[in-house]
Amino acid sequence: MTEVVLDRLTKTYPGSPRPALDRLSLTLQSGSLTALLGPSGCGKTTAMKLIAGLLDPSSGDILLDGQSVRALPPDRRGTVMVFQNHLLFPFMTLAENVGFGLKMRHLPPADIARQTDAMLARVHLTGLGNRRPAGLSGGQQQRAALARALILQPKVLLLDEPLSNLDAHLRADMRDLILDLHRDTGITTLIVTHDQQEAVVMADQIALILDGCLRQSAPPAAFYTRPADAEVARFFGAVNFIAGHAADGLFHSPLGPLRLPGDAPAGPGTLTLRPESIRLGPGTDNTLAVTVTGLNFLGTQTRLHLTHGDVRLQALIPPADAAALHPGQQITVTLPQTALWVLPPG
Amino acid sequence: MPHNLRIALAAALAGWLVLPLVPLAIWSFAHGWRFPDLWPRDLTLSAWRYALSDTAGVTASLALTTGIALATTALAALIGIPAGRALGLHQFRAKPLVEIVLLAPAIVPGIAVGLGLHGVFLTLGLTGTVPGVILAHLVPTLPYMIFVMAGVFSGFDTAYEDQARSLGASRWQVFRHITLPAILPGVLTGALFAFLVSWSQYILTLAIGGGRVQTLPLVLFTFATSGRNDVTGAIAMIYILPGLFILALTARQITGRSRALAALR
Repeated sequence: MTEVVLDRLTKTYPGSPRPALDRLSLTLQSGSLTALLGPSGCGKTTAMKLIAGLLDPSSGDILLDGQSVRALPPDRRGTVMVFQNHLLFPFMTLAENVGFGLKMRHLPPADIARQTDAMLARVHLTGLGNRRPAGLSGGQQQRAALARALILQPKVLLLDEPLSNLDAHLRADMRDLILDLHRDTGITTLIVTHDQQEAVVMADQIALILDGCLRQSAPPAAFYTRPADAEVARFFGAVNFIAGHAADGLFHSPLGPLRLPGDAPAGPGTLTLRPESIRLGPGTDNTLAVTVTGLNFLGTQTRLHLTHGDVRLQALIPPADAAALHPGQQITVTLPQTALWVLPPG
Repeated sequence: MPHNLRIALAAALAGWLVLPLVPLAIWSFAHGWRFPDLWPRDLTLSAWRYALSDTAGVTASLALTTGIALATTALAALIGIPAGRALGLHQFRAKPLVEIVLLAPAIVPGIAVGLGLHGVFLTLGLTGTVPGVILAHLVPTLPYMIFVMAGVFSGFDTAYEDQARSLGASRWQVFRHITLPAILPGVLTGALFAFLVSWSQYILTLAIGGGRVQTLPLVLFTFATSGRNDVTGAIAMIYILPGLFILALTARQITGRSRALAALR
């Protein structure tokens, strides 16, 4: 169980005017599973390589249980990184691959064989130890790469896009395996991903990075109910943004005064609420008369396009509720007080 | 290409390479072979007996030539592997210039290189010494080693090295267990070239060794110019044997693409 603290971790590549990663400060609680989320090229893999020791930071520090590891080479940090494309050594068998780290530690061959067999069984690869990596399926390769890292019982496990190279039907299996192994071992784990769904399902904590900067780190639910700014909200699929002014627990905008949750900040800002939070019909307060301008059937939900004066809103409702609606219809909707949030202006 | 033509071409190539050696081979067993005889009057082992005796100095020269060629090859690999890695993996502005400078010794005539080096080595006290000859042999061998290794490394994914590092391998362990298995066929190819280039070096050995370092080509030339055709033939046979031996041993390594490297691509 190891706590990881990143302290203003910065990396600027030679010849680049802007840092790839800019002053990332983040704490990974001991035994937690954190997702480093962001679009490709945002600096999240850079952050992971800095922690693994495969890159030197331009400034900042990395602390494992309070001890700086910045001066330690990658093989002495106790961190193990699993790369996006499994990188199993092609000229070794599966068992040799999984046992590689133990061999580097000069363990007796009998111990390596015993631990390798146990680890292969743990990732459902029993009996495949003599195969070459090329003879395995993508899912098997990815599981072998995971086994090769876990067998070392690292202080910190770093997984770079562990699901992105897998077919859709294998992803759920691999995700559950990672979560199982994480629960059993309690190894502090960091996952890099560009898929917010993946991050939400797997992580205790999500750190969202955009353009090399940490924008918000919080439990997954907070990104839906309490996003830090409009860009963060948009990354998580928010579509409703209304400019206005918050004062005395009310938000004043062209929608009329709306009652805000108690912890919403005051002053000028942008109101946001999730499309799935909008309810049809009148409520106790925050009831709004709107015009239906369009309907998109999405399968499990229907997207409802609404206007109130010049303000456009989108709602997601069950298809059954949308059956009676048609464009041009005047209806009443409720914007539940608890679902509203005010973002800083801009 | 028609089958017959192909066989004819192969035969012509083999003839072109092998035929010049035939008179030498016959000479080494000949006793009194004068114009206009088509065949020597007698066959004898006396030339071989002489060539292998201590007085001819051929066996000592063979050991010296082998030692110099092996040392040159080892040094060329030691310098050529990291240099080839830098050229193969990294793009930098001066790269074309560096490539030309590295390739230059293979283009510039050996006599020019030899005379230039002689002046420098004279002040360093390296002329007439075996280390001096080895250093001089690096000049024509390094380009082969470096460019073979640059080609090998241009198809090498260093992420495997990062992965091994992260799995707890030290720098040396990474080289030993990951990099070396992947580049080994290329190293063997480069080493083969380096060995043979050093083995057949005449001008540089003469210019730097000043006659005091008697490698096999020098001994061979002495006998050839003194009119001892039978001994020349015997030494020539000894001289080409290692080349043929190495070639036969490694032909598969050179032509067959490394499976390990192919998989790392």
